[in-house]
Amino acid sequence: MNDKPKAPAAPGGNSRANTKKELPEHLKAYKHIWVLLELERGVVHPVSWELMGEGRKLADKLKVDLCGIVLGAPGTTAGAVADSFGYGGDVCYVVEHPSLADYRNEPYTKVMTELVNKYQPEILLLGATNLGRDLAGSVATTLLTGLTADCTELDVDAEGSLAATRPTFGGSLLCTIFTLNYRPQMATMRPRVAQVPLLTPGRTGRVIRHEVSLPEDDIITKILGFLPDGTTNKSNLAYADIVVSGGLGMQSADNYKLVRDLAAVLGAEWGGSRPLVQKGWIPTDRQIGQTGKTIRPRLYIAAGISGAIQHRVGVEGADLIVAINTDKNAPIFDFAHVGIVADATKVLPALTETFRKRLAVAATRSAAE
Amino acid sequence: MHIIVCVKQVPDSGQIRVHPVTNTIMRQGVPTIINPYDLFSLEEALRLRDKHGGEVTVVTMGPPMADQALRKCMTYGADRAVLLTDRFFAGSDTLATSYALGLLIEKVSETWGAPDMIFCGKQTIDGDTAQVGPGIAKRLNLLQLTYVQKIEDFDLEKKEVTVHRRAEGGIQVLKTKLPCLITMLEGTNEMRRGNMSDALRAARAGIITWSAADAGITNLALCGLKGSPTIVKKVFAPPARTEKAHQIEVADKSYEDICDALLGEVYKRQPALEHDLVKMAPGY
Repeated sequence: MNDKPKAPAAPGGNSRANTKKELPEHLKAYKHIWVLLELERGVVHPVSWELMGEGRKLADKLKVDLCGIVLGAPGTTAGAVADSFGYGGDVCYVVEHPSLADYRNEPYTKVMTELVNKYQPEILLLGATNLGRDLAGSVATTLLTGLTADCTELDVDAEGSLAATRPTFGGSLLCTIFTLNYRPQMATMRPRVAQVPLLTPGRTGRVIRHEVSLPEDDIITKILGFLPDGTTNKSNLAYADIVVSGGLGMQSADNYKLVRDLAAVLGAEWGGSRPLVQKGWIPTDRQIGQTGKTIRPRLYIAAGISGAIQHRVGVEGADLIVAINTDKNAPIFDFAHVGIVADATKVLPALTETFRKRLAVAATRSAAE
Repeated sequence: MHIIVCVKQVPDSGQIRVHPVTNTIMRQGVPTIINPYDLFSLEEALRLRDKHGGEVTVVTMGPPMADQALRKCMTYGADRAVLLTDRFFAGSDTLATSYALGLLIEKVSETWGAPDMIFCGKQTIDGDTAQVGPGIAKRLNLLQLTYVQKIEDFDLEKKEVTVHRRAEGGIQVLKTKLPCLITMLEGTNEMRRGNMSDALRAARAGIITWSAADAGITNLALCGLKGSPTIVKKVFAPPARTEKAHQIEVADKSYEDICDALLGEVYKRQPALEHDLVKMAPGY
């Protein structure tokens, strides 16, 4: 276990990888698109389904199969396997073993490497989650292939190579990265930038079960326990339907309460821009933007946020962006849909009150119907 | 005990500007800093050394000016700093970087003793990949513990470490054997203020500077651009949206009127929202 990388999935010689050449013979057989389905404590991470949606589009362009990969304890994978077909998969590779019950780098790296070497996918996609990034780095280094992190867009070019686009330089620019002469082409994708596709119940596909030898005694890292997050006060920004956030325009930690007041009335999550975390007005897990959370709510209300590019890349996926800012030329109005040019500390209390009243009226009306 | 900490000198991303016409990065005059995520790992390493004795060696790969970042690490209390710098490393992606840093760490181990622990930052603020830490662990055949929130127990006698690792929906409590590679989560500790004697020592101390050859790195085909399987083909600015925000001006209207107008716009664009809000929101 934990072997040093030695079997390069790469062409020999010292030629530059910079130009597309004909793939060496042993890599030509690499075919089909794989998505690792992150199954943890009985639940598949939504980013895995988002990737199935994106993977389906790539598979259709390349005319190859889309394959889900499910690793888990015996008897725990059936739901994920069925859903992998419902979300567009053609094939599902399943590895069940007691040592795969919870994520650990050693056994997961061993199994993923073994699967890739045996079944040879041309593209391997994982979520840019803690699990996905921990695993992808180990697998890519073991296979000595290219890995592009935290992508926001995946496509294939005219020659069928994976074009992985990601923000660079703090989100101010995007770059498109290729792995031309190595296989598989690997990428992790940022959660919430793609949409979960519609589930087609009853859609089926081919299941390939792979047996592994994983003696628990050979695995050095042991799991002593799991401490679930408390439900109170925990940020669920990434998957919230409505988010209210504040920036430096809130002027003080005291005024930031106005953001939470509105969030409370809307049953929304609350957060803020990076400077607020640095000032200690909000905790780190409430930071929205490039170095914080990427959100994709139906409604996003940004109060006193100027809209620097680092913030923009984290919120652009919102269906409707409402901005409140005193500066009518602030960059946030370049990507907001509706804006109020005014002091957010004055507008928020009125907005909270307006929502409260109108919702009360709407509730009465719907109760009467 | 010997702990090795990998750091990177990065541009201060808050101060990067993009040229409005050419869409290129304007690097001139952008100050460099130690990658902020690395400081949580350095502080954790220094705490372990203060408690258990031994030495902390800080290493980096970068241009000659990266010695500034290393000197800063020494003012915080690192015992020694090694800079790997050579033109062969230019253009390295994460695979090529982990190759070079893996060999650098092997050379550091030969010279000053095998490490009991290696620390890396969770990720950098310029590359944002979080791939180099796992890459180095694999190159050195070490166990890795990423996104560590807390080192719960560190037993040098038994060569064991127990940590709290941030996972989806909670914390994994993991126990593994030393040596291992750890990346610390942000916000887990606060970097100390260096003391006067460390500052004086850092000012006098030489930064050890190695070329590829000094570090015993001979297969240059695996370094830099040549050794990088990934290729950046295109760099571009995010597409501008053509539609500007519908701005509601305040003028002499009351805040109530403005908010009514805003809600009108919101519900017009999201017709189902009001109904869903009534269902979702508390207390209606």
